[in-house]
Amino acid sequence: MEQPDQDTVTNLQRAEPTTQPEVQPKLHLDTQQDARLSSAALEKAEETTEHIFDIKNVSVYYGSFRAVTDVSLTIYENEITAFIGPSGCGKTTVLRSLNRMNDLVVGARVEGDIQYRGRSLYRKDVSPIAVRRRIGMVFQKPNPFPKSIYDNVAYGPRINGEHNKKRLDEIVERSLRQAALWDEVKDRLGKSGLGLSGGQAQRLCIARTLAVEPDVVLMDEPASALDPIATGAIEDLMREIKSRYTIVIVTHNMQQATRVSDRTAFYSVLINPKSDTRTGTLVEYAPTAQLFEDPSDERTKAYVTGRMG
Amino acid sequence: MAVIAEPRQIDLREPKGWRRTSNRIATVLMVTSFILVIIPLGFVLFTVIAKGASVISWSFLTGQPIPPNVLPAGVGGMWPAVLGTIEITALAAVIAVPLGILGAVYLNEYGGRGPLGALIGFMSDVMTGVPSIVMGLFIFSIWVLHFGYSGLAGALALGCLMLPVVIRSSYEMLRLVPNSLREGSYALGATKSRVTVTVVLPAAIGGIVSGALLAVARAAGETAPLLFTILTVTYANPNVFSGPNTSLPSQIFSNATQPYTGAQARGWGAALTLIAICFILMIAARIVTARFTRYSR
Repeated sequence: MEQPDQDTVTNLQRAEPTTQPEVQPKLHLDTQQDARLSSAALEKAEETTEHIFDIKNVSVYYGSFRAVTDVSLTIYENEITAFIGPSGCGKTTVLRSLNRMNDLVVGARVEGDIQYRGRSLYRKDVSPIAVRRRIGMVFQKPNPFPKSIYDNVAYGPRINGEHNKKRLDEIVERSLRQAALWDEVKDRLGKSGLGLSGGQAQRLCIARTLAVEPDVVLMDEPASALDPIATGAIEDLMREIKSRYTIVIVTHNMQQATRVSDRTAFYSVLINPKSDTRTGTLVEYAPTAQLFEDPSDERTKAYVTGRMG
Repeated sequence: MAVIAEPRQIDLREPKGWRRTSNRIATVLMVTSFILVIIPLGFVLFTVIAKGASVISWSFLTGQPIPPNVLPAGVGGMWPAVLGTIEITALAAVIAVPLGILGAVYLNEYGGRGPLGALIGFMSDVMTGVPSIVMGLFIFSIWVLHFGYSGLAGALALGCLMLPVVIRSSYEMLRLVPNSLREGSYALGATKSRVTVTVVLPAAIGGIVSGALLAVARAAGETAPLLFTILTVTYANPNVFSGPNTSLPSQIFSNATQPYTGAQARGWGAALTLIAICFILMIAARIVTARFTRYSR
């Protein structure tokens, strides 16, 4: 976790009064426990930090339908990157192509190049199984397995060959602690994972993902079905684990993007009037504070100020 | 355009008119059809119990051989038929249930969208409509003519009958497993076979087991496929793989066609025994389903 240095402080002060008033309520730059990186740190990160994903000119097709096109961006290690944009803009599609979940959709096809730590994800000799073991995913709707809480968390380690009871116990406890769920469930690990509330179930799914110690955690609107308190718990959790993981999060909630993310990518929809098809595309990708306060694209500006979408 | 509401009594009763009438009509129709459905079921149960209960005794269930038809009720026992039904149905289940479940897994998880999957699904549906006596004749011609009568031949015929039912019911249960569970497992780096074995099948197992047990109970009561395959003899044959055998349904059929009251009474007793066995299977299905789905609530 980054300690707020001199740059952070000056940056926060600068940010407050100068921007348009309607943006103001959405920003929470003065939050004390804010773990986001400062702009300067982010600029430095671009040169020094490891690239987790290099996405170059990516288009994703479902059959002949082009769902999203012209996406190029770089995702950096130990940062939280948010994808925002209106419905149908392709942000989930891009997210799902980062760990090859789209392979499960019949007819889905990725054009362009997605590199993960310098290796192309879509080469013929790359196994989607191996990819997904390193790049985990948390889904929009909590999807605990119809198994006990313990078995839910131990599932990933078990399919990866860990059957030692003692080590499994340790992994389960550690993962549940990381997901801030341990205290709530430690007395009922043998009970069904389906008996948890929505927020608990989502944290169970996060614990399940963390149990395999992935390198990257992809989150597809992880809090969209949760109440504000559960959402807050998940956001705190993201800030806590980002020192160990790289997180990419899709969210409909712009406040959430401003609260947790270091960088934000804004996607939008291109409507082709001739064929009446809608194709998503990346409009702007920038450090979060910059994207929300001083967007360079008119469409971004319209979206983040609430005039559209 | 402010409308000032008159202070008046608010009427919260069900509105009169066609809506109320149609509601009444629908309710009456539903209750009537429920009663109509229950009546034959009640009569069957009542008749079988009334005529069969007097014959049932421990020696009836466990005694053998099945006596000649001319002897009065109360002599001998039905053990050969009880044993035959149990061993033939069990063998049929061993043959058909795993095959059927694997077939359903193939259809829903693996090849279902391809032409082969479509063909298998279609043929299995067609097989559901094949009359059971045709299954008996089929096994008679390809098996009994070469290897003779045996419990195995009967089990093969029953298995052919059960197979499409097991495939269809398992397939429907697998289809009900939400895709989000599969994705959750894939996202942890599971292979397709892992996903199927550790997530999809456990999530569907309750429905699959109860569907399979229903198919077993249905097959336990089948007569026609057994007529040409087990020969229906009067002594117990514990070896299901060779030699003629017998079963409750075919014994009921044979006894019911006799003019002797003793044979008929034994037939009623056998009918009640068969219903009891099916009843126990149904209860077992419920218990197993509840046991397997204890994490699903």
